Amino acid sequence: MGTAEAFLPILLMLTAAMAIAALLLLLNTLLGRKVKTVRKLAPYESGMPLLDATRKRISVKFFIIAMIFIIFDAETAFFYPWAVVLRDGGWPLLLAMMPFLGILVFADIYLWKKGAFDWE
Amino acid sequence: MSPELFNVAAAGAKIAFVWGVVLAALLPMLIWAERRVAAFIQDRPGPNRVGPLGLFQSLADAIKFFMKEDVTPTYADRFLFNLAPWITLVPAITTFAIIPFGSSLPVTLGGQTYDVPLIIADVNVGVLYMFALTSIGIYGIVLAGYTSNDKFSLLGGIRSSAQIISYELAMGISAIGVFMTAGSLRLPEVVAYQQQHIWNVVPQILGAVIFIISAFAETNRLPFDLPEAEAELVAGYHTEYSAFKFAMFFMGEYANMVAASALIVTLYFGGWSLPGIAFTGVAGALLSIAVFAAKTGLFIFIFLWVRWTLPRFRYDQLMDLGWKVFLPLSVLNLLYVAILVAAGKA
Repeated sequence: MGTAEAFLPILLMLTAAMAIAALLLLLNTLLGRKVKTVRKLAPYESGMPLLDATRKRISVKFFIIAMIFIIFDAETAFFYPWAVVLRDGGWPLLLAMMPFLGILVFADIYLWKKGAFDWE
Repeated sequence: MSPELFNVAAAGAKIAFVWGVVLAALLPMLIWAERRVAAFIQDRPGPNRVGPLGLFQSLADAIKFFMKEDVTPTYADRFLFNLAPWITLVPAITTFAIIPFGSSLPVTLGGQTYDVPLIIADVNVGVLYMFALTSIGIYGIVLAGYTSNDKFSLLGGIRSSAQIISYELAMGISAIGVFMTAGSLRLPEVVAYQQQHIWNVVPQILGAVIFIISAFAETNRLPFDLPEAEAELVAGYHTEYSAFKFAMFFMGEYANMVAASALIVTLYFGGWSLPGIAFTGVAGALLSIAVFAAKTGLFIFIFLWVRWTLPRFRYDQLMDLGWKVFLPLSVLNLLYVAILVAAGKA
């Protein structure tokens, strides 16, 4: 069942999920109130007039976290095919993966020492 | 009836069954149960007016959502603002496709007996499909936060995505141990391995604990519900959403919680199996569904219980736990299981 045929139920499910969401939203559009006022459409600010701009600068920490995530996530993706065949490969396969794991652990320690994980 | 046609019909029936249970019965019950459990823990009655014991409260809420006005704020990016709830809800309710919810059901049709496995799509990528879909779900949160053009939404959306990606890493690495022992990414084989040997939670207790706690962070549940820290952020990324679009985020969140519970059960607690019991025939199939439902229900209850018992983490503590504790521990778990498997001990 590794063929495209196995994915057919998933396609069916995705289509049905979108149809359900569309139907519910349509029902909401038909039944819901439609009285628009300037105040109602204004951004939320706890009932006061807007104090300042909404698009503000964001802490650079979030960007660092996002970058580290992409690197580590791509690396963990390589572990999956390896994990599936590890039983057949035995010790040689385990050892073959160690340099890769070593690089990953080294990168983690380096980022840690650099303070990439610190939130002050 | 040709086998191909039968497979499609069976898939349709299974989707209808899973959604019937999860969306039509479990989700409304869950929202009701959460409010009743909260009330019980806080020593107050909770919703008890609509129907017996307040059971129809969720139905009343749903009708109210339909009758409300759907507001798109003036400064919002209209297209992406309206797209965001879809991106959250659709992946959340399609993740159930790869979770085996029972053994297999023999169906006799036109003198021919088909053995229908109780899983919607037994694909070879298995759990990677689920991780991929939950990653897509993050886009919904980011887009909702960004396109609302509201400072509370923006902060909530960014916090939420940073939190989810931090814990996804630990979750992904700790789950690798399970696939090493099963030798496959397909969840039915993970269940079969546990049926023949031992539940994964016993040898991989460290991985199981990391996975379960990360699941709390992934679903934005307390003690990790910082994206919705209402004291600071009003309602987080869905502050500007109203009517049914708000309900879609809400449904997505609860569906994610159900899916996470089901995945925990399948990976670490034997899925639909019980040690020493063979599930054969129609009775066995029904029994296996009941076992799976009971196990999943237990974990859902733990999700509710924790929410009303523990206080919220601070954001720096949350990130520290994810990157400085769980990531190294999950690598340790990976090494430990790899050595067990290579030595032929698991």
